[in-house]
Amino acid sequence: MTVFAAADQPTLVDFGNDVWWIVLIKIVGIFGVLVLMTLFAIVFERKVVARMQQRIGPNRVGPRGYLQSLADGLKLAFKEDIMPALADKPVYFLAPVIATIPAFLAFSVIPLGPTVSIFGERTPLQLVDSPIGVLIVLACSAMGVYGIVLGGWASGSTYPLLGSLRSAAQMISYEIAMGLSIVAVFLYAGSMSTSEIVAAQADGTELSLFGLEFTGPSWFAVLLPVSFVIYAIAVVGETNRAPFDLPEAESELVGGFHTEYSSLKFALFFLAEYINIVTVSALAATLFLGGWRAPWPISIWDGANTGWWPLLWFFAKVVVALFVFVWLRGTLPRLRYDQFMSFGWKVLVPVGLVWILVVATLRAVARETDVDAGEMAVFVGVPIALLLLGGLLLASRMRNRDTRVAAREAAAGGPAPAEPQVLDARGRDRAAGGFPVPPMDLVVPPSPRLRSRESVSAGTVVGTGRRSSSTTPEETDDV
Amino acid sequence: MSVLAAAADTGVVIGTGETIVFWVLAPVALAGALGMVLSRNAVHSALWLVATMLSLGVFYVVQEAPFLGAAQIIVYTGAIMILFLFVLMLVGRETSDSVVETLRGQRVAAIVLGIGFAGLVGAGVARGAEDLPVIGLTAVQGTEGGPAAGNVEAIAAVLYGRFVLAFEVTGALLIVAAVGALMLTHAEREPGVLRSQKERSRARFLTDRPQTLPGPGVYARANSIAAPGRLPDGGLAPSSFATGVEPVRVDELPRTGSVGIEREGLPHAGGTDAALGTIGGGTTGPVPGSGEGAPR
Repeated sequence: MTVFAAADQPTLVDFGNDVWWIVLIKIVGIFGVLVLMTLFAIVFERKVVARMQQRIGPNRVGPRGYLQSLADGLKLAFKEDIMPALADKPVYFLAPVIATIPAFLAFSVIPLGPTVSIFGERTPLQLVDSPIGVLIVLACSAMGVYGIVLGGWASGSTYPLLGSLRSAAQMISYEIAMGLSIVAVFLYAGSMSTSEIVAAQADGTELSLFGLEFTGPSWFAVLLPVSFVIYAIAVVGETNRAPFDLPEAESELVGGFHTEYSSLKFALFFLAEYINIVTVSALAATLFLGGWRAPWPISIWDGANTGWWPLLWFFAKVVVALFVFVWLRGTLPRLRYDQFMSFGWKVLVPVGLVWILVVATLRAVARETDVDAGEMAVFVGVPIALLLLGGLLLASRMRNRDTRVAAREAAAGGPAPAEPQVLDARGRDRAAGGFPVPPMDLVVPPSPRLRSRESVSAGTVVGTGRRSSSTTPEETDDV
Repeated sequence: MSVLAAAADTGVVIGTGETIVFWVLAPVALAGALGMVLSRNAVHSALWLVATMLSLGVFYVVQEAPFLGAAQIIVYTGAIMILFLFVLMLVGRETSDSVVETLRGQRVAAIVLGIGFAGLVGAGVARGAEDLPVIGLTAVQGTEGGPAAGNVEAIAAVLYGRFVLAFEVTGALLIVAAVGALMLTHAEREPGVLRSQKERSRARFLTDRPQTLPGPGVYARANSIAAPGRLPDGGLAPSSFATGVEPVRVDELPRTGSVGIEREGLPHAGGTDAALGTIGGGTTGPVPGSGEGAPR
């Protein structure tokens, strides 16, 4: 694979030659970035979710409430550290640490920018890289499962145990889908090293379509859309986030695996969870969204991909990915466990396998027939991918057709009976399969607390709980 | 240090970093192995084994086989050991090995034989590896120092070239094992025996009582288990009779001591309807329980 490398594009050879203090600066820098990103992500999530739910969100601590998670962190540190009587002490103590360390480690292979100069030393903005770069992230997430599983088990309590078992099953299942989605990227980039994957997304192929010469897309999100979709879904399951947050389903499991944890140990779990979210967001940016390279309109400017600017593009992409996480949480209800598992194993994994087959076949055909791989991807791969995704969309809509139709009718007010439906005393015939229905013409009784005993707008039908369809002016302003 | 001396002869020198990693992690790996055998709790055993496997993974990476190291960590430590833990946790956390010796002298014999076996194998390996030169992996996986020409390609070439048949056969074997286990453990149900939630719900609504049975004391004027639920007309609800207890009819509200204005003159014993109040007619007095206009 040719690497369309600019002068600043680091490749594998550039790593491992740093002076020790540069390495130290990078380590401290990554640690600081991750902790700051965690603090930011929590406030960001609460603010965005609040906005989506038409609330204000945290607004007391610091300017406009932006120091809220700092205050929360400090509060956590000063809380009582409870050791449950039934806990398995060494494992209980070890579990949060096992969860946190891999979370930090995984970020070490993420490329944050090109080769820059730090105090006169030329060095890539990435701690390490290796021929198996992305596998390191996978290995770290595999280790992170231990923290959750052991935390739940060592608590010596039922809810945490159930939560941890769910979580382990979930993370293992979705890790498979995630791994499969990444394989296509490896095939295209010709490498598993993160810096070379970014390099492979540097320039699109020159395409000519009906005499028009233009540069094709270079991001793998466009070239490998199926992979990108599977990855995006799988990492939500992998990080235990809504709508896949079954391990910590509040309505079923109290807090999930960390129910018994408090104080700093709980804070470590919390930290690990958010670092994992940041890491998978960063990995999504690296693998599919061009890494630290500037997006298209900006990339016309020559200086966009040099110096320290790429840090800005990179973190912008990460924040966009974080926003998607929050958006999902604010929008979708939690899945049932069996739905969730069958989705992972019966939809994501088979689609991933078929897609790898398609990509590998395209690569082989392109090599045999001397067609440019990029051209092949744009003209054959992308249409196949769109067909695949469109087919899935159609299949899911067909399955839900009845529900959808019913919902639409209900929203439109149903068949709209001319007069209130009056049921006979016995209700509908149960033998025919009818459900007993409450009478639809109930009248609100006068409130005994009202002094003037007048009936409250006599004839009001008991509310159905459905929201009125009229929009208030504030709502339209918000858009 | 004869190994190092031999290494010096052939020109491949084991670096300082590799040596340090070895002397730090080798004890960890050994301790993990010993801990796995010696700990009583099965989950602790599994954890010690995880420590050993992680150390092995790092050893692979240090010895220029990063892909093997990653595979070791992802597959063995990440997936297989987690499944192990799964099973162990379901066994229950209080399950520890019994320490009762069923065979007399078994423990001593096991220790002696184990140490002897370890000594034999160790001595054999040490003797066999004594004069081996360290040649590294440069011959099979490309140039030294250039990480780009690497372990991944070398393994792929061997796995999908020379050993492709063995690879495929192993894959087929694993699939057969998995499918076989599935077939053996899968209980075939008669179709229609296990009804779905929707079917059960429909069936329930076809009976005379779609709702749950009333508990004793519901709508009653006493909270004893002997006081059965009351029907709207004040009669006893037979479906709420507790088994083994003679149902007792309780007519009146127990004295609560409340003498508020709104309770005065309220006909407690006048049946349930009077106590609850109705919307029409003369008994639109304050509803008992909502006294003082308590905020809801």
